[in-house]
Amino acid sequence: MQYTLIAHVEDKPGVLNRVASLFRRRNFNIESLAVGRTEKQGVSRMTIVTNCENDVDAHKIEANLYKLVNVIDVQDVTREPSVTRDLALIKVKASPEQRAEVNSLAAIFRARIVDVAPDSVIVEATGTEDKIEGMIELLRPLGIIEMVRTGQIAMTRGEHSGIRRTPGANGNGWHAEEVSGLAEY
Amino acid sequence: MKKTGAEIVWECLTREGVDVVFGYPGGANMPIYDAMLSYPVHHVLVRHEQGAAHMADGYARASGKVGVAMATSGPGATNLVTGIATAMMDSSPIVCITGQVAASLIGGDAFQETDVTGITLPITKHNYLVTRADEIAEVIAEAFYIARSGRPGPVLIDICKSAQIESADFEYPEEVKLPGYQPPSHAPKADLDKAVNLIAKAKRPVILCGQGVLMSGGEEALQHFAVKTQTPVAMTLLGLGAFPASHDLSLGMMGMHGEAHANLAIQNADLLLAFGMRFDDRVTGTLSTYALGAKKIHIDIDPSEIHKNVKVDVPLVGDLKTVVTDLVPMVDEYEHEEWMQQIGEWKAEGNARSIMSWPDDGKLHVSHLVHELWNATEGGAIVTTDVGQHQMWTAQYYFLEKPKRWLTSGGAGTMGFGLPSAIGAWFAHKDEEIWTVVGDGGFQMTAAELSTAVQEGANVKIAIMNNSFLGMVRQWQEFFFEKRYSGVNMTGPDFVKLADAHGVPGRLVTKPEEVEDAIKFARETSGPVVLEFRVEQEEAVYPMVPAGAALDEMLRRPVRTKAEKE
Repeated sequence: MQYTLIAHVEDKPGVLNRVASLFRRRNFNIESLAVGRTEKQGVSRMTIVTNCENDVDAHKIEANLYKLVNVIDVQDVTREPSVTRDLALIKVKASPEQRAEVNSLAAIFRARIVDVAPDSVIVEATGTEDKIEGMIELLRPLGIIEMVRTGQIAMTRGEHSGIRRTPGANGNGWHAEEVSGLAEY
Repeated sequence: MKKTGAEIVWECLTREGVDVVFGYPGGANMPIYDAMLSYPVHHVLVRHEQGAAHMADGYARASGKVGVAMATSGPGATNLVTGIATAMMDSSPIVCITGQVAASLIGGDAFQETDVTGITLPITKHNYLVTRADEIAEVIAEAFYIARSGRPGPVLIDICKSAQIESADFEYPEEVKLPGYQPPSHAPKADLDKAVNLIAKAKRPVILCGQGVLMSGGEEALQHFAVKTQTPVAMTLLGLGAFPASHDLSLGMMGMHGEAHANLAIQNADLLLAFGMRFDDRVTGTLSTYALGAKKIHIDIDPSEIHKNVKVDVPLVGDLKTVVTDLVPMVDEYEHEEWMQQIGEWKAEGNARSIMSWPDDGKLHVSHLVHELWNATEGGAIVTTDVGQHQMWTAQYYFLEKPKRWLTSGGAGTMGFGLPSAIGAWFAHKDEEIWTVVGDGGFQMTAAELSTAVQEGANVKIAIMNNSFLGMVRQWQEFFFEKRYSGVNMTGPDFVKLADAHGVPGRLVTKPEEVEDAIKFARETSGPVVLEFRVEQEEAVYPMVPAGAALDEMLRRPVRTKAEKE
């Protein structure tokens, strides 16, 4: 099953490498990983989407992330009400006559045409992974020339917050604690 | 106060209480070596940087303090790698300081440039690349704190030569700010309660004592707990010494070459209490058959060890000494007479097979030699080993009563660890008797450090168990590859002459009747001494749990009695 983890890390050189190296070394797989700055100076936020068999395995990833000195906080938002977004830029073959078709497809997905060339357009789409996948399927027959995606970013809704697990004897072998925002930093 | 980066390095090290460093100079760390002359630190010039890392490791394990190794950039730093990986696997607190090319040259394939932080990323607890002098103080303070706290481990600091030369204001940070690094101490009360319930119900409990007990200083707490609940204690290879071998509740070592009664007790237990150990494959055998009837309580400071290999019922994440000290007043006193009696029967059966009850056949057996050494030193020496058969025999027959006197490469299984770690241990305890028991193979991997021992006058006694084989590999080939010996015959030098070339007294021992006198000679001679024992060539370590077998499916030594022989 797909798990979505949010990790706050210190914004220092090599931190992304440490996280990526950890996943490689421990044989965890990364579906997508997106990094960027946050509202706090010196703190970056990673949204990591990973495939795990079960919660025990997801917890192993969290525990190993915590072993990295530069990782400040890890939350699991897989089952929390949250907004997840993936951004895609898709360059599609489109002659002047086909532009209208691309335009109407884009409109359905609330995507935008952000560049027009004589025989291609770039479509910018934002949304959940499912939505983007759906749009790509419809654009594919027209001919996708190139495509780039950011990978998912996630944020919990309203008062909801992610789950931070610490090992313990509670239920499946850890304590699940609701945390909001970035504690103690 | 302005100081050069190189001076700042030593200001910081002396503030961390460092009075000895093990290292090797070179182009990229020359400013550090130059500044060293003005500080009260003793430098040990090693013969190969691997030796520096092992010496720092041996020093750390014997003293409980952080050991320091130094090397230059490029090959100097890469030579440290085996030693760093060894320290990582065994959670040993060392700080390695390497020189790096000037900051402006990084990434340009400059002379002796290697991406050392990249190379050591997966084998350090943390590492740093320092490009400016004003970063050094904070980085060193963090490095020492990270190395020794929580689950200890190696930290590497790669310092650009330009940062060593330039000047910066120096102030040593009073405390380190590491928002993402908070080692746990107490385990939650609710979890302790759950553990107490399991302990109350147990009829056949066993404590699995690992190195975490030693690292947290929890030996006394463990003893209180074991005695109060009358729970027998089996030890991992690195946990040896955490619980007195002579104690009624001691089961000795567990695992692949552990005591049969310890492994049988674990497989038949209804409760395992894992104290600072990590269920390594060498102690569990096949996981699918491991202690199936047992509930499991796991105390570890590292949350990522929980459920890693073995799914447990009650994890207690925290400092071992703190957690066990919290548990002791919570548990009631118990008796497990039936269980202890059963274990006693297994033990008696094992004793009958023990090589110690074999008749004298005129040959040298490593187990006998280790026993002689144990007798002569009254079990009081600090003992280091290499890796292989002699290591297992030493673990089995040098019965340890006290902690931090047993230095061996467990997790990494690094040959060549014995001699340099013994030299490191000597710097931690110059007044103690120090022996290293090594094989002819492992000794030759780091034999150059004999020269270091001589230069430093290190009072280290070297017992080489020479069977002219890579014994453990040979044993596996005998058992599992139809005795097709491949790459295991080894023609060594004349070790006594090798010692002589170093100015080190040596003795060759080939007969049992020479053993006592040789050990006496080594003990009475000050400084390094080499004893070469020509031991039985094709002998196997028993018991043995073959790879892929259950922990209680052991190959046992055939019973051989005096009567049978006659």
